[in-house]
Amino acid sequence: MSFKIASSPHQHSQKSTAQLMKLVALAAVPGIAVQAYFFGYGVLVQLLLAIVTALSCEAAVLALRGKKVKVKLLDHSALVTAVLLAVAIPSYAPWWLIVVGTAFAIVVVKQLYGGLGNNLFNPAMAAYVLLLVSFPLPMTSWLPAAPVQNLAVGPLDAVCTIFTDYSCTGYSVSQLRQDADGISMATPLDTLKTDLSQGYTTAESMKKPVFGWLSGEGWFWVNLAYLVGGLFLLQQKVIQWRIPVAVLGSLFSCSLLAWLISPDTNASPLFQLFSGATMLAAFFIATDPVSASTTEKGRLIFGALIGVLVFLIRSYGGYPDAFAFAVMLANMTVPLIDYYTQPRTYGHKHKGAR
Amino acid sequence: MDTTTVEHKQSPYQEIIRQGLWKNNPGLVQLLGLCPLLAVTSSLTNALGLGLATVLVLLSTNTVVSLIRNFVPNEIRIPVFVMVIASVVTVIELLMHAFMYNLYQALGIFIPLIVTNCIVIGRAEAYASKNAVLPAAFDGLMMGTGFALVLCTLGAVREVLGAGTLFAGADLLLGDWAKVLTVHLYQADHQFLLAILPPGAFLVMGFLIAAKNTIDARAAAKAKPVEQKISRARVTHVSTQ
Repeated sequence: MSFKIASSPHQHSQKSTAQLMKLVALAAVPGIAVQAYFFGYGVLVQLLLAIVTALSCEAAVLALRGKKVKVKLLDHSALVTAVLLAVAIPSYAPWWLIVVGTAFAIVVVKQLYGGLGNNLFNPAMAAYVLLLVSFPLPMTSWLPAAPVQNLAVGPLDAVCTIFTDYSCTGYSVSQLRQDADGISMATPLDTLKTDLSQGYTTAESMKKPVFGWLSGEGWFWVNLAYLVGGLFLLQQKVIQWRIPVAVLGSLFSCSLLAWLISPDTNASPLFQLFSGATMLAAFFIATDPVSASTTEKGRLIFGALIGVLVFLIRSYGGYPDAFAFAVMLANMTVPLIDYYTQPRTYGHKHKGAR
Repeated sequence: MDTTTVEHKQSPYQEIIRQGLWKNNPGLVQLLGLCPLLAVTSSLTNALGLGLATVLVLLSTNTVVSLIRNFVPNEIRIPVFVMVIASVVTVIELLMHAFMYNLYQALGIFIPLIVTNCIVIGRAEAYASKNAVLPAAFDGLMMGTGFALVLCTLGAVREVLGAGTLFAGADLLLGDWAKVLTVHLYQADHQFLLAILPPGAFLVMGFLIAAKNTIDARAAAKAKPVEQKISRARVTHVSTQ
């Protein structure tokens, strides 16, 4: 047994950035597959567009900044950003949406701040916020899940819709979203929010076809698949348990409290956990090693803050889902959290102790 | 800030032009007046309107402050300057109210807010109160023009990105003939709202400052290898203190 002489920490992960990033992308595969099944093959086209845009933007900026393009490109961080943004936007959004978003994520949010490791904000989420604020209509035009879709959408239709705004059979996205009566079907979170604001109770709203068992039709399975991917990341020690547990725990407890007080005007805690982007965000987005907190206690605070913000924005805010805003707001607090949660160095006393 | 530096081989007026438009540009370098700069530049018309108003204010206040500079006791000069500025802004606000009512409504609170624009009091204090009338007025004109140019660039970029037009609503500012100035560059199905919202202003502003710094850095790099005269004073036997 040989001991290398090196400075601390002596025990560290042997994985390189590229390996970690590859594992993250791999862990998203089940989620992407389920998403493609329920919400159309558009997500695969979006992925392709996002990855091409991300890699070319990254290469261009790296070359401009005089860095080693190939080495930096192969750390796969741009790939992960592209994947996260592509799965977060509606599958049939027009092609320029994902291109603008990915370019903004890579060029402005990541590289202008100094590249990987220096960005204050999670690039994918900052780009998502940019798109959501700028183009609210296409960014909220999710199709209902396949079982409740009125018009069947094939793989070729996905390509047609993304590039020409109309499916190969000539339907626009808003027509594809309609049910048999010609009424647009929104996402479950959006539907619930609208219904509650119109005076319906949660139980009444939940009778609509976009809702399925426990949460939205299809959305439950998508969330479950990302949960599986997240558990895989935990098992591989790519991420640590603190952030996801804190996010899910605080979202669960906030919504449980609200639900117990007033079950008619609040969604159940399990509905919150398996709706929208919850699992994707808790395991893949909030755990971003760059923009999240890095201390042990800090990670718990960071995650809990995200959970509380998500609950607040979902319940009282203007947008149906909230993870992008919550993660960005929490990113802003990270320097402060890290400052106040520095662990005590061994051999040094507690602050109060004399 | 002070323009009475040891610049050589240039007439003071050339130096004032250089300082106001580029080297010490209120918008890009001093970063003064950011509030109106970011708030009203959602279109070129608004930007030009506020820019012209600011130029007028700066020109007038610098002139007046320079005229009264020898009669104002040093201790109360700031309140006096503020009163001068407030009166001038009020006059301009009333004029705009009377003759450009639509633009007046579009700019809203930002016309009276010119009073609080740090450029105005800054130039009054830093330049006009120490210089003769003509250079002071010229300094006000140049600083105002520098600010207005930044406003217009920001406004133009944001309008093109956000609405796909250029100089829309120019008739509000310049009269009916100006309708021909409006250019429709493209017809987008979806507006790029962020460019029109405040975050877009910050982003475009950041890019503008970056562009200016890049140009300066290039110029400096070009100028460097020509010749560097190093004149060194002997400092070994300074025995004054």
